[in-house]
Amino acid sequence: MTSPPARLPRERPIDARAFDLLSLTMALVLGLHSPHLPWWLGGALALILGWRWWQRRRQAGRVPRWLKLPLLVLLTLAVIVQYGNIFGREPGTALAVGLLILKLLETETARDVRVGISFACFALMAALLFDQGLIATVVVALGLLPALATLRALEPGQLPSSLPRALLPGLALSAAALPLALLAFLLVPRLSSPLWGAPSQDQARTGLGDSMTPGNFTDLLTDDHPAMRVSFDGAPPPPDRRYFRAYVMWNFDGRSWRQLDPRYAPPRQPAPLEVASSIRYQISLQPTRRRVLPMLDVPLQAPAQATLQADHEVMADKPVNDQLNYAARSALQYRLQPSLDERSRRLGLRLPADFNPRTHALAAQWRQRYGGDDAAIVQAALGLFHDGGFRYTLAPAPLGRDSVDDFLFDTHEGFCEHYSSAFTVLMRAAGIPARVVTGYQGGYWNKYGNYLLVRYSDAHAWSEVWLAGRGWVRVDPTGAVRPERVSLGAAAAAGDQLSWYRNDWLQGLRNRWDIVNRWWDQGVIGFDALRQRGLLTPFGIRDADTATLGVLLAISSVLFIAIGLAWALLRRQPRDPLRGALRELERKLARKGIARRPAEGPQHYLSRAARALPGQRDELASLMRSYLELRYAHDEPPTEPLRAFLHAVRDFRIVNVVK
Amino acid sequence: MRDLLQRLQRWAERRLPALTRYRRPESLPIELHRRRIYIVPTGFGLGFSVLLLVMLVGALNYANNAALLLTCLLGAASAASMLVAFRSLDGLRLGHIRAGHAVAGQPLELTLTFDSGRPRNAIRVDLDDRTIAFALNGRASTHVKLALPTAQRGWQPLPRLRVWTSWPLGLFRAWSWLHPEQSVLVWPRAETAGPQPHAPADDARHMRLHRGDELAALRDYRAGDPQRHIAWKASARHENLLVKDFEQPQSRPQWQLDWRRLGGLDNEARIARLARWLNEAQAQRGHYSLWLPGNEIPGGSGPLHYAHCMSALAQLP
Repeated sequence: MTSPPARLPRERPIDARAFDLLSLTMALVLGLHSPHLPWWLGGALALILGWRWWQRRRQAGRVPRWLKLPLLVLLTLAVIVQYGNIFGREPGTALAVGLLILKLLETETARDVRVGISFACFALMAALLFDQGLIATVVVALGLLPALATLRALEPGQLPSSLPRALLPGLALSAAALPLALLAFLLVPRLSSPLWGAPSQDQARTGLGDSMTPGNFTDLLTDDHPAMRVSFDGAPPPPDRRYFRAYVMWNFDGRSWRQLDPRYAPPRQPAPLEVASSIRYQISLQPTRRRVLPMLDVPLQAPAQATLQADHEVMADKPVNDQLNYAARSALQYRLQPSLDERSRRLGLRLPADFNPRTHALAAQWRQRYGGDDAAIVQAALGLFHDGGFRYTLAPAPLGRDSVDDFLFDTHEGFCEHYSSAFTVLMRAAGIPARVVTGYQGGYWNKYGNYLLVRYSDAHAWSEVWLAGRGWVRVDPTGAVRPERVSLGAAAAAGDQLSWYRNDWLQGLRNRWDIVNRWWDQGVIGFDALRQRGLLTPFGIRDADTATLGVLLAISSVLFIAIGLAWALLRRQPRDPLRGALRELERKLARKGIARRPAEGPQHYLSRAARALPGQRDELASLMRSYLELRYAHDEPPTEPLRAFLHAVRDFRIVNVVK
Repeated sequence: MRDLLQRLQRWAERRLPALTRYRRPESLPIELHRRRIYIVPTGFGLGFSVLLLVMLVGALNYANNAALLLTCLLGAASAASMLVAFRSLDGLRLGHIRAGHAVAGQPLELTLTFDSGRPRNAIRVDLDDRTIAFALNGRASTHVKLALPTAQRGWQPLPRLRVWTSWPLGLFRAWSWLHPEQSVLVWPRAETAGPQPHAPADDARHMRLHRGDELAALRDYRAGDPQRHIAWKASARHENLLVKDFEQPQSRPQWQLDWRRLGGLDNEARIARLARWLNEAQAQRGHYSLWLPGNEIPGGSGPLHYAHCMSALAQLP
C-alpha cells in the first residue's frame, strides 16, 4: 500500500475533522456550564460557537480582528455588569467559558487547538466546582473524549476513520488509565487547610435556617435533594417517631422565631434527662455551611468536635462544609427537664406585647374553662386545629402584622411552620411554657440500602410544651390537621400535586438511584484525609502522613508504569499455522510414545513415526510430503494446500494396532 | 551560530556516541526495538503538565474530590499516551530503500519501504528539515517517498533519517535515528550550452535514408506504393488492398562520444559536456557510444543505455 505523502509546513491549518471535534468539546463545556451562566450569556456564546462552526465549514480562515476585539471587550463588560467583578468562582468561570468560545474564532493552527483543548480541560474541571454529583462527574469525564479525540486528530498521517469511531480510542485510553487514576486519587496527599480562599457560600444547600418565619420553608419543602442519610443499629424507629431535632427556638418577635441569642444566654449544662430507652445510629450529613448537626429526637451526647447545648441541640465546632459522617445515640422515651427552672419558665412564656389580641383572648378563655389542667388546654388547641376548618397547603395566603391571629381566625391555611408557631403562641398565652423546634421529620426508608433517606423536603417544625411531671413534651400540631404529614411526609400532605413524580415505580427507581448516590457521596466525595488514613491501616501503616503517602504513591505509580511498559514491550510473534500443525501432530504421536528428539528434523521424525506405525504409513508419508512441500517450496505457504494440511493433521487419528 | 551548533554536535557525536544517540551506519533491514527508541515530552506536553498541576492544586484546595478524580484521570491518560507513542515505533521495520535517478542539484527520490505487524498512525520521517507523515495499516508494506537534496555527482551516502511520532496526543515525542548503510549515485549535471559533438567521417552513411526491413504493420494501399509491398494474402480477406508497411528509421546520428577528444578542458567540464551530449542524444532517441578512461561503452540506445552511460560518467574520479 502506498500512502500519499504529506508535506508538512510549520504552521499548517487544521483540517475539518479536528475543528469539528474541537467545536464539539467546546459545546460540551458550554453545555456543562450553562446552568450557572446567565441565560443571555450562554445563549450568545452558543450562537457564536454555532456561527463559527458554520463559517469555518464553508471556508477556512480567521475571523477579522475588528470582530474579535469588540467581542472580547463585550464579554468582559458583560461579566463585570453581571457579577460586579471578574474574580471568584461564578464570574471567573463565566469569563473562562466566554474566552474559550472566543478562542474558537482565532483557531486555525494546531497550536491554537492545543491551547484551546488545554483550556477546555480546565473549564471541564471547573464545572465540577459547581456540582460534584455522580452524573455531573460522569458527564464531565465523557467530555474528555472529544478533547482527546481532537488532540489525536491533530496528528498528521492517520488511517481514515469515521467521526464516532474517532472518539473510541480516547475511551480506551481513559479506561486503561483508570487504575492508575484511582490509585493516584486514593494516595494523593490531601491538604489539611486550603491554600487560598474558601469555597464560596452556595456550594452547598443551606437546608434549615436558624430562624423560622411562617412561610419561609416553602423553598425547602419542594427541594427533593438528600439532606442526610441515617442508618440505625437495629430496627429503625417507626415513622411517627422519626423526628430529627436541629434548632430549638425560644424567641418570638411577633413574626419570626429564633434561637436564644448566645450573647444573652450564658452557656448552660444540657438540661437534665431521664432516659428509658435509647437507640444508636449513624448520620451522613450533606454539607450545610451551618454548625448544627441534626439528631434523632433527644441526643444523649455529642459526636467528636461538636458540643451538646442546653436544649439538646448539637453544634459542631465549625460549619459543615463537606459531607460529614457521625455516630450518635438518642433517647426515644425520656423525661426532659422534669423540673423547670425559673429562667426557662420565663423564657418559655415570653410573648411580644401588643400582638395577636384575639389569640390571647382565646387562650384566656381556655384557661378559664379548664382551670389548671394544662394537658386539657393542649388537647383543646389540637382540637381546634383538627376541627376548625384548617387546611394544609404549601402555598398559604400571606399573613399580616398579627400573624397568629390572621392564621387562626382568618386564613386557616398553612403548613408546619404556621401550625407550630400558632400553637406555641397559644400555649404561651395560656401560661404553658412552650417553644418551637425545627428539624426533619420522616424520611424514606430505603430497604435496598437499609438506610433512612432524609430530604430537604422533610424539613419540619413542631412544638414542645412543658407539662408538670412530664417535662418537655413534643406536640406536633401539623399532625392534628394532616396526620399523613407525620406518617408520609410533606409532599403527601400537600395533596396530589406532582402525582406523576410520586408514581410508584418512579419512586422505586429514585430510591434505588439514591443508593448509587450514597455510594458516590460516601466513597468519593466524602473521601477525606481521615478516610485516607483509615484506608492504609489494614496494611499496617498506622500514621500515614504526607511523606508516607507520597512514597506509596511513587512506588505504586512505578508499579503501574512497569505493567504498562510490559504491555508496550509485548510483541506478538507472527503466528505460524504450519508450525502449530506440526506441533499438534507431534503431540498426537508423542501420546503413542513417538516423541520428537531435540535434534530431529521433521522428515526424519515422520519417517520414524511411519515405521513405528506401519498401519498408517501412507497417511504419515503423505503428511510429511505436504509439510515439506508447504514449508520449503514457497516463501509463504499457499492458502489452499495449507488449509488441507491443517485439516489432515486435525483429522489424523492413531489407530491402535496390536503389534 | 547555527554552524557552531552543528560543529559542536558533530564533535559530540564523534566523542560521545552513547550520549548523543549517534549510530553508525548499519545495513538494512533495520528494525526499531526498545533500546533505540527515545521519548521526551513535547513543548505542549510540558505545558499540559503545568496545567495538570494547576488543576491538581485547585482540586485539592477546594477539597473537591470529583475534580481531583478528573485530574487524576487526565494525568493517567497522558502517562498512558507515552506508552502508546513508544508502541507506535517499537517493532517498526525499514525493509529497503530504493533510489531514483537525479542529476546533481536536483532532489533524488528515495522510496522507503516500511513493514509493521500492526497498524500504526502518524509516523513521521525527517530528512534534513523536511518531514513526511504516513500511516501503516499493518498488513502490507508501506512505501514512503522522500526527496533527498543532492549537490554533486558521484556516490553519496544516505544521511541519517529520524523516524518519530507524537501520536496519540502530541504530549510526547518518541524518535529513533536510522542510518542505513547505503549510497546513492548522483548523475553529473550537464552544461547548459556548448558545441555539438563532431560527426565522425563516415557519418554520411548513417545519415542516408534507408528503408528498414522489419515488418511493422499493415495499412491501406495508397497510390504510389510499390506493388511488391502489397500483402496479397491479407488483402484477400479484406475489402481493399493492404500494404506491408516497413519501418522507416529516421536518420539517426551514431555519435561516438569520446573523452579523449575533449582535450583542453578540465575533468568536470569534460563530464558536464559529455552529460549534455548524452542528454541530447537521448532526447533525439539517438544511437551513441561512450569512451571514458578505463570504461568503454559500446554503441546503443534507450533509457537503460542512457542510465549506464550516465552512471559511468558519475563514477569518474
